[in-house]
Amino acid sequence: MDGIAASLRNVNFFYGSQQVLFDVNLEVPERGILAFIGPSGCGKSTLLRSMNRMNDLIPGARLSGEVRIGDEDIYRPGADVISLRRKVGMVFQRSNPFPFSIAENVAYGIKINRLARDRATRDAIIERSLRSAGLWDEVKDRLHRPALALSGGQQQRLCIARALAVEPDILLMDEPASALDPIATARIEELANELKERFTIVIVTHNLQQAARVSDRTSFFLMGKLIESGETRQIFSKPVRKETEDYITGRFG
Amino acid sequence: MDIRKHFLHQLDELRERVLYMGGLVETAVHHSLHAVTDRKPELADLVTEEIEPEINHLEVEIDERALQLMALQQPLAVDLRFVAAALKIGNDLERMGDLAVNIAKGAPRLLSQPLAAPLVDLPLMAERANRMLRSSLDALMNRNSELARAVLESDDEVDAMRDLIFRQLIQSMTQDPTLVERSLGLLFIARNLERIADHATNIAEEVIFWIEGIDVRHHFAEAPPT
Repeated sequence: MDGIAASLRNVNFFYGSQQVLFDVNLEVPERGILAFIGPSGCGKSTLLRSMNRMNDLIPGARLSGEVRIGDEDIYRPGADVISLRRKVGMVFQRSNPFPFSIAENVAYGIKINRLARDRATRDAIIERSLRSAGLWDEVKDRLHRPALALSGGQQQRLCIARALAVEPDILLMDEPASALDPIATARIEELANELKERFTIVIVTHNLQQAARVSDRTSFFLMGKLIESGETRQIFSKPVRKETEDYITGRFG
Repeated sequence: MDIRKHFLHQLDELRERVLYMGGLVETAVHHSLHAVTDRKPELADLVTEEIEPEINHLEVEIDERALQLMALQQPLAVDLRFVAAALKIGNDLERMGDLAVNIAKGAPRLLSQPLAAPLVDLPLMAERANRMLRSSLDALMNRNSELARAVLESDDEVDAMRDLIFRQLIQSMTQDPTLVERSLGLLFIARNLERIADHATNIAEEVIFWIEGIDVRHHFAEAPPT
């Protein structure tokens, strides 16, 4: 096991007066895939989004506790959210390519972060990112065509390429395959499996079989609390907590 | 509230079929031995012609049910362990049925002549082996791993009984060589009963695995393989 990519200490989260996360403590190991599972409203997406401050713009949203990405406390006053989002990329449930060309989508983060000195460097990053996302062979002849003309699965992989272009340390995936058919889903899972060698991936999924297939570790949440966290093979064959077992076997007491 | 009623019902059905199969095996073991001890060859025929074929049929049925559950319902955690255990228990029960048939098939020859030795220890041994099977099945029915653990301890007793019977029979064969053929027949029964007890022990281990998620075979629980 490498080091710790992110650590959360005593994280509480509120939407106004409603508390949705209670005292969450969790370490995310470097590389590998961590899955967050739990019923709707258990707080797993909120926690994921708190790891790159995606909740900041929601009125009344407030976090207490500490979220560290690498060595940095990302909620300390004066923390740089732009550089945080460069380090922590995100892919959403619905693919959201910009209404630009394929190449411009991938180049977007490069441009705003000024990562490329010249056009050749930029093109090299575009190609590398699309290859990493397993999309290069499908789009290399139409890089300047509109991204929105791609299929749903291709759009999602384009969003992954866009996130990878700025070389983040962590990739957050919020239900990345829930709108895709089984084949496109399998490609995303396969891709996640390749990317985990180089990146730390945290994935939120409602699909238990998907969590079981792709992740190395799994954390189970219920009503805002982290109930159990462990190796995926243990969680799915021999969970320790009764709540975990009841959830993954479809029993609710 | 259970939201997977249909699935849970199918799991219960699978368990009922395993228990039913276990009951047939119990009967088969009982009849095969009583064919000899009570000198009733018709009990041996009942085992080979009626009971054992049904046991075989049930093994296939249990395999099919278990595979369908895995394919269609994707059981996890305790349910996954149960389906895996059911497959193995079905296999153990089928082997026990074969062993009962072995005993039953030896009955006619044993019954054709006077017995080589008093049978006192064999019925006792059969009773003990069958009690192990019944306890394993009770543990399965009541989800009771304590009961299953008690079965593991009985296995040594059955082994000791087999050793005792072996010694007695070897002694009688040494003293009177005309008893060799008949003694071998009894020795063969003891050997089959001991194997039956081994399978009952396997079933107890599978029940413990289902309930506790601990693999107690070969003492792996103490030093799990990495």
